[in-house]
Amino acid sequence: MSPTTLPDRPAEGSRTPEYDDTVVKQFVVATVFWAIAAMSVGFILALQLAWWRANPGIPELTFGRLRPVHTNGVVFAFTGNFVFAGIYYSMQRLLKTPMWSRAMSQFHFWGWQAMLVSVVITLPLGMTQSKEYAEMIWPIDLAIAVVFVTFAVNFALTIANRKVQHLYVALWFYISFVITIPVLHVVNNLAIPATLTRSYPVYAGMTDALVQWWYGHNAVGFLLTTPILGLMYYFLPRAAERPVYSYRLSIVHFWALVFLYIWAGPHHLLYSALPDWAQTLGMVFSVMLIAPSWGGMLNGLLTLRGAWDKVRTDPVLKFMAVAVSFYGMSTFEGPMMSIRSVSALSHYTNWVVGHVHSGALGWVGMMGFGTLYWLVPRLWKRPLFSTPLATGHFWLATIGVVLYTVAMWGAGLTEGLMWRALDENGQLQYQFIDTVVAMAPFYWVRLFGGSLYLIGVLIMAFNFTMTVWAQPEADLEPVPAK
Amino acid sequence: MSQEHWHRRILEHRSALFATLTTVCISIGGLVEIIPMFTVGQGHDEVLPEPYTPLEVAGRDIYVREGCMTCHSQMVRPFRDETLRYQGDWSHAVEYSWDRPFLLGSRRIGPDLHRVGGKYSDDWHYRHMKDPRLTDGSIMPAYPWLLEWKIDPDDVKASVVALSRVGTPYTDEDIANVATDLQTQGQGIVGRLGEKGIDAAWDDEIVALIAYLQRLGTDVPKGPVAKAGEVSK
Repeated sequence: MSPTTLPDRPAEGSRTPEYDDTVVKQFVVATVFWAIAAMSVGFILALQLAWWRANPGIPELTFGRLRPVHTNGVVFAFTGNFVFAGIYYSMQRLLKTPMWSRAMSQFHFWGWQAMLVSVVITLPLGMTQSKEYAEMIWPIDLAIAVVFVTFAVNFALTIANRKVQHLYVALWFYISFVITIPVLHVVNNLAIPATLTRSYPVYAGMTDALVQWWYGHNAVGFLLTTPILGLMYYFLPRAAERPVYSYRLSIVHFWALVFLYIWAGPHHLLYSALPDWAQTLGMVFSVMLIAPSWGGMLNGLLTLRGAWDKVRTDPVLKFMAVAVSFYGMSTFEGPMMSIRSVSALSHYTNWVVGHVHSGALGWVGMMGFGTLYWLVPRLWKRPLFSTPLATGHFWLATIGVVLYTVAMWGAGLTEGLMWRALDENGQLQYQFIDTVVAMAPFYWVRLFGGSLYLIGVLIMAFNFTMTVWAQPEADLEPVPAK
Repeated sequence: MSQEHWHRRILEHRSALFATLTTVCISIGGLVEIIPMFTVGQGHDEVLPEPYTPLEVAGRDIYVREGCMTCHSQMVRPFRDETLRYQGDWSHAVEYSWDRPFLLGSRRIGPDLHRVGGKYSDDWHYRHMKDPRLTDGSIMPAYPWLLEWKIDPDDVKASVVALSRVGTPYTDEDIANVATDLQTQGQGIVGRLGEKGIDAAWDDEIVALIAYLQRLGTDVPKGPVAKAGEVSK
């Protein structure tokens, strides 16, 4: 069998192993729930920026306390649950082995949800470590470590127990995710507690900043990128019914990606007081990252060769094709923004916010929706309630991301240029408040784009609810027979 | 398939080896970048600043709690427009020596604050936190609860103790005197507020926050520093 074809078709006459799809269903439901929750908070934040009176004068609901609820919600709740759902579904099939322990899978699921609920409660109460995407207070950090390591052990023992000798490319990316996340989490969160809810990091000043952005950038790399690429390598060929375009390309871009990604963190600290050599390393490795990133994008898009007619009709492939395109776009934009002279303009502006969202909404979100539309009918063994609604969701999401990103480009360039504008006497042309006022129209467009995206998610939730409740049961083979 | 690719034979059939090599790959970059931060110093041999006073520690904790860094950076970059706008030298590593956690921020929804100390009077900060529309066009939320909530000296002491455990050089005497230090420094601010007709108490949270904000930018090691009170209007 070629390494580019999925090994999970059951052999003739053999019995399909008893896969644990219960945990997959649980994570799917959680993904939809948290997507709505995290993006609704994003809606509130966008409104607060456009119209400050949306800060209701309640400490727990002010922008500064709410913003990490949104970021952590999208990263760990929406993306985290989606990644776990996809991994539990695909790895059992790729290894022809049920999960090693159902109990550990259940502990993982409920532990993860309990962690998320505690994050949503503590952050608005102002209990925070303040380091971005690592705001959770130390007791929650400990819980995260325990839950994730449980998952990692279950994951490793399932691989050890596998019935297929060869590790398919999707699994490589999962492995890099399972190894790297605990390393990042533990190193960045080393701290001494002062009280039950407050602690101080063992690193100070610029060292703390470097460790944080090593963490922050690689949380993007190893939670929002590599596991999603792994899911792309499973679900895209599955939906397109085509083998992966190039096995060699997947080898080269995998190893290059896992080696190069980890260096790029200092691009968040260009022109800061970080030593120059560290800034330069961050910049150079970020630029180099274009190659393996585009390797993944090309391998994904070229896998669709001969399947473009399906993209026209199948919402799953529509979402995935646009997701991979956004991956290519934002992995070009990111390295460009990591060049010192570009960062001088883009850093601290809305451009960065736009970049993050083209990755999160365009790449992660769209891959998530595509995967969910593929999974739900197969897991619940019912045909999708409405394909036109799914197509509608696709267009709302696409138009939403484009409006969001373009608005933030405009906003970022505007404020970046206004901050640096000097008049003929060499004096500042604008006061800071002028740049704040200039953002208002862009903030409204962003709010509109984000709302379209959120409405799309609500439509998806409705479509899934109707699928599970109102559709007749029909045994859709989880693996389409050939 | 007759001819096996070496990569399959050596790695993709051996999960433990595959995982080991992945671990090696993801470790190198981090080790090369992070370890020198501890061993070769950060390119400065200036005199280290004084650690934050207990009241400034309390103010910094409030700054963290309210998420001020989601909108305000603390990093003036070495550009002419930034040293003009923020009226001071660009930010130096040594200034952050006791910053746990670091608060450089990643977004300037509002202006940078690394040089805000001494730029405005204590009563301006008081009135501004109560009603940010003091600046016409501001989108900052108001923080009226900071005028009512109180700091707890025992809680501040717990912070100072933890900070000394991670390496901030507080003496045993500093730790023993947390409560009196809080009161002494707080009374100074209360006095200045009183001159402007503002009635505050030394343990009001706003007083601690003002102490912290007025400290920012006062540890510049060298170079031209703008004098307090000059606002570019």
